[in-house]
Amino acid sequence: MTPHDWISVVSIVTAGLAVAVGSIAPALGEAKALTQAMDAIARQPDAANAISRTLFVGMAMVESTAIYALVIALVLLFANPLLP
Amino acid sequence: MDFMTPQIWLQVGPLGITDTVFVSAALTLFLLVGGRLAVRVAWARETLEVIYEMVESMLQDMVTIDVTPLVPLILTQWLLILSANLVGLLPIVSSPTRDLSLTAALAVIAFGAAHVYGYRAHGMAYLRTYVQPNPIMLPFNIIGELSRTLALALRLFGNMVSGEIIGGIIVSLAGLLLPVPLMLLDVLTSVVQAYIFGMLTLVFTASAMQVVATKKPVTPQPSPGGSP
Repeated sequence: MTPHDWISVVSIVTAGLAVAVGSIAPALGEAKALTQAMDAIARQPDAANAISRTLFVGMAMVESTAIYALVIALVLLFANPLLP
Repeated sequence: MDFMTPQIWLQVGPLGITDTVFVSAALTLFLLVGGRLAVRVAWARETLEVIYEMVESMLQDMVTIDVTPLVPLILTQWLLILSANLVGLLPIVSSPTRDLSLTAALAVIAFGAAHVYGYRAHGMAYLRTYVQPNPIMLPFNIIGELSRTLALALRLFGNMVSGEIIGGIIVSLAGLLLPVPLMLLDVLTSVVQAYIFGMLTLVFTASAMQVVATKKPVTPQPSPGGSP
């Protein structure tokens, strides 16, 4: 195998790993945020609007961590700087 | 996967003009002309005014500052991003927000808005917040601002491009009608991401406008009880 082949193989494996490992923590974080928000809404149904609005914004910010992993995987697969 | 990267529609010398430019310019023109025409018709104008006031009261609930100067900016961002996300559902055109250039430009506008409004609200005292609590924090504050802008651009880009990729993969694997449920999910993502982009712009701008005011005595907010 030529060096370029090795770079391709390593890039593909790393792209898969990046998404697989990189989405664990955001998934746990979003689940925790959701359970806390559910708890808060159950305690105070009047504040449901404000809570769910904050939840949406916060979840999008947590999710951006997973999106970074996805962007890195995409760069490795489709715009790899090491491959000609 | 050529649907992922922006395609060059027009070549001007060494400069390739991609479809992103044309589609987003067409959307801007559509929104501009549509808005100009709508204010001449009575019922459309009244509908728009009701929507505007609804948005204004919704934004006012989010933050403690006066949002009146920010409503046009946020509403414009919502309209442009929402239409740019949803135009990808049409055949031939693909949504311009899957191009990192457009989302980066939008994020730079949000970044600039926070600084312009913060400077306008507090003058030089706003710039002094960069060296708070002491000048050692200056590089960290700058990195914080920049990474926040980068995150804003990458979030929208990543969400939209992942929707396109999932749709493309399912079409090439399964068949013509199977990606429809995923496209419906993509509509939800589009709406939520547009909402979040505007909301984060509001939050960042509000924090820039507020950051000095916390040192001063808090001005009394009009309470719902109607006390003087």
